[in-house]
Amino acid sequence: MNRNDLKTIIYAEKAKEENYKYKYKICVCCGAGCISSGSEEVLKKLQEEVSLRGMENDIEVIPTGCMGPCNQGPLIKFEPDHTVYQKVDCTNIATIVQSQIIDKKPIEDMLLFSEFRKKPFLNANEDPFFKMQHKIALRNCGDINPEKIEDYFVHDGYKALDKVLFEMSPEDVIAEIKHSRMRGRGGGGYPTGLKWETVYKYVSDQKYVICNGDEGDPGAFMDRSVLEGNPHRVLEGMAIAGYAVGANKGFAYIRGEYPLAIKRFEQAIKQAKKTGLLGKQILGSEFSFDIEVRIGAGAFVCGEETALIASIEGKRGTPRPRPPFPAESGLWGKPTLINNVETFAGIVPIINNGGEWYSEIGTPKSAGTKVFALAGKINISGLIEVPMGTSLREIIFEIGGGIQGGGEFKAAQTGGPSGGCIPSKHLDVKMDYESLISLGSIMGSGGLIIMDDKSDMVDVARYFMEFCMDESCGKCVPCRVGTKMMHDLLQKICEKKGTSIDIARLEELAVFVKETSLCGLGASAPNPLLSTLRHFREEYETKIDLEN
Amino acid sequence: MKTESALTNTELPKTDPRVKLISAKIKKENYRADALIEILHTAQNAYGYLPMNVLKFITKELHLPPSRVFSTVSFYHFFSLKSKGEHTCLVCTGTACYVKGANLLLNEIEKDFHLKPGEVTADNSFGLQVARCIGACGLAPAVVLDNEVHAKVMPEDIVSKIHAKISEK
Repeated sequence: MNRNDLKTIIYAEKAKEENYKYKYKICVCCGAGCISSGSEEVLKKLQEEVSLRGMENDIEVIPTGCMGPCNQGPLIKFEPDHTVYQKVDCTNIATIVQSQIIDKKPIEDMLLFSEFRKKPFLNANEDPFFKMQHKIALRNCGDINPEKIEDYFVHDGYKALDKVLFEMSPEDVIAEIKHSRMRGRGGGGYPTGLKWETVYKYVSDQKYVICNGDEGDPGAFMDRSVLEGNPHRVLEGMAIAGYAVGANKGFAYIRGEYPLAIKRFEQAIKQAKKTGLLGKQILGSEFSFDIEVRIGAGAFVCGEETALIASIEGKRGTPRPRPPFPAESGLWGKPTLINNVETFAGIVPIINNGGEWYSEIGTPKSAGTKVFALAGKINISGLIEVPMGTSLREIIFEIGGGIQGGGEFKAAQTGGPSGGCIPSKHLDVKMDYESLISLGSIMGSGGLIIMDDKSDMVDVARYFMEFCMDESCGKCVPCRVGTKMMHDLLQKICEKKGTSIDIARLEELAVFVKETSLCGLGASAPNPLLSTLRHFREEYETKIDLEN
Repeated sequence: MKTESALTNTELPKTDPRVKLISAKIKKENYRADALIEILHTAQNAYGYLPMNVLKFITKELHLPPSRVFSTVSFYHFFSLKSKGEHTCLVCTGTACYVKGANLLLNEIEKDFHLKPGEVTADNSFGLQVARCIGACGLAPAVVLDNEVHAKVMPEDIVSKIHAKISEK
């Protein structure tokens, strides 16, 4: 396929969409969350219902990626009205179709968030949950069928790749990304454009692009939803990165725990290869690019870039000291660009709309939007994407509908085992890289766990330390031994056998492990402990006071 | 460890379709050592776990020292050296599930089946595992019964759900 063929296809798919022959479209959320609530059954039943009524020519039923509010699933959305029904099961499908389409009287009790809103919105986009979001990385997730490349074409799919290949030099692409001020979404927040430039500058016969989809943080499922809901977007982003840095081979490292994401991404690769959007001389240009999937085998440390590289090479996933950074010497010793799934998902809109557009969203230091996985003791849990700088209060109480069961907000945990807790007095913190660091937490990959007044913060610290202890690869002593010692001390305090000396020991150890560990896992393992000590010290002290 | 006795296991029957599957994968990956993890995934999918004679077979085919293969297998949580049981229950203990009571589920299971995570019943009919996070945080606490995700599982229901699964044919 060459350039003109792509244009013809996109044009044809768009024309099809414009002369959309159906009166209604019913989107059934088939993200992993809704599937486990039974959405595949719902999809089948809906299709049967439509043909039973002889309305195949009026109603199209399609599976889509994640719509967001996972705990309300299975979700179905009626277009063009944007009416969303929640907790649909096979028994009430006939009633819903009858009321919504035939009688045109939506059933309010079954609409999305009906239990949280005085009056649920007929148009779900007007609900604060959706209204306050700004979807860039998640765009089209929940609107299109992720298993069909044609659906992606309708939404300007591969237009950015085409633009890059024929209208921009690699330097132009890098300049555009730098101009966007985008920062890596994997957690560290390193400027994406700068990373690309570094890899670009190294001269080598072979370079690689790696997509890090080893989302090991407990409580995070952003990458999973992007890969499941819009795999072509990530794929296109990787190809653009390959062109910019001069790589012709990419690897997508996806967690083994995400079989659906693996399946859909592999399918996307197959479709792109068949259409000539991957492979040799893409769209008739000089650029060739190929992507392989590597399945993670369940090691948290493999989210660290040098460990991930070792894992792709088929070895134990242990990190190595940096420098040299992967940009200089990465996969098989070649210059390698590693970015997170969400970062790659953000590339296409930057190319299409310009870096300027992206840089104006968010805050001066943290541009753009961030996807958060909202979970824990909150009414509406699921996936959201908001501009950087949105306050925690807005996220919890407006988007998330407040604390579950009427409890009181106590803390929000960000950044998983590498992050920390934000207490209620900082509810108005702006969610961006710097503000979170100033509170002793980190942005991390975007897991946001809400805890209520029943949560025991010392136990939370113990939980994360246990996690880090288990996941420590064992290569360096501070992390291997330090996490174990800190865990044992925390365990002792939780069992109310601790003394005040133990707290002092913990503080000493935490700093020691933080400063001397080889990689990010050890260096950040004390964070949950330090942040709970900082904001909830009295809880530690009560546990000790009781005994002594 | 049982490693030594297992290493003396008989060679794999070449006609076993599972062996053929692994052989095909090794061939497809061009006998490359860096494809070891991919090959182990294939083997575990075929057998449900990684029996020692299968590891030995892979070691030989890839011309790798046994230590290299064994150290890789033992490093990753995903790979298991012993059978996980005919039916499995995997309780997610990710942060969201933990906050919502994954421990209560484990307690219930332990009470009824006398199993701790990683253990299998004596008749091999049922095994209990935990996962660090299956990414279904919106559905916490989540449990995977024989590859089927169950959302918002209550402590009072978990044992009956498992029994129902075991009695399924």
